[in-house]
Amino acid sequence: MRILLALVAGGLFGAGLFVSGMTDTAKVQGWLDVFGNWDPTLAFVLGGALLPMAVAWRLARAHRPVVGGEIPQPPTSPVDARLLAGSALFGAGWGLVGLCPGPAIASLTYGGTGHIVFFVAMVAGMILLPLVTRAAARRSTVAAE
Amino acid sequence: MIDPDWIWGLVGGVLIGLGGAVYLLGNGRIMGASGILGGLVDGSGRRSAGERLAFLAGVVLLPVLLLPLYGTVDTHITENAVVLIAGGLLVGLGTRLANGCTSGHGVCGMSRLSARGIAATVVYLAAGGLALLIFRHGLGVV
Repeated sequence: MRILLALVAGGLFGAGLFVSGMTDTAKVQGWLDVFGNWDPTLAFVLGGALLPMAVAWRLARAHRPVVGGEIPQPPTSPVDARLLAGSALFGAGWGLVGLCPGPAIASLTYGGTGHIVFFVAMVAGMILLPLVTRAAARRSTVAAE
Repeated sequence: MIDPDWIWGLVGGVLIGLGGAVYLLGNGRIMGASGILGGLVDGSGRRSAGERLAFLAGVVLLPVLLLPLYGTVDTHITENAVVLIAGGLLVGLGTRLANGCTSGHGVCGMSRLSARGIAATVVYLAAGGLALLIFRHGLGVV
């Protein structure tokens, strides 16, 4: 059941990314590029996505997940430097190429070589993060000593 | 004037939100693309690997099924390998550092009025705009 629901959720997500044009890097960069020929499509996508999710959060107050367990609690960690720095790095990469993780996955089969190169680099970045943060922590410990 | 792209954006957006609603109310999980993929590739989500793989399979499969209706899709991606690799590394590192991307922080976080979700979204939108200001309008490389 858990696997089937995950497949359905992923299917809806992938179909949504495809029909909304969010795997078209020109549309995404067109939205981010407020100094150029601005394209408002992404606002419709985000607005459309927020509606069912807001209803879902409301329903989640009174219902448990279908497969059991608990609805995730709101994050306890505050808005911290890690969140802001990570989002700044992500946003820079998003602006450069026009792909964020969802569309990067959805477009793998039809985007051509460029999408595959981007995806591999993105996965490398995801794997590298623990190594980078560990090295940074080690350096600051050495500096403190 | 209503651009048909805006209608398709809205339709696609609703589908994305429905995906998030199914994942939340069905499996009790937040639908974040970077977290689902990241937990799989760095090994931190090994215990839920089946669920993660099923989700990712759905994301890849539906565009394949819809593609024949569209013929070919031009995604207008840059051919500059340095930009592709730098952008990919930044997106991978940044989303894992921030613990979320456009789907997790933007769609799921903002819809529950999470301060972290809203803060992350403001920052990555601003950073994206700034990157284009510098690298498109300034340096002309993207």
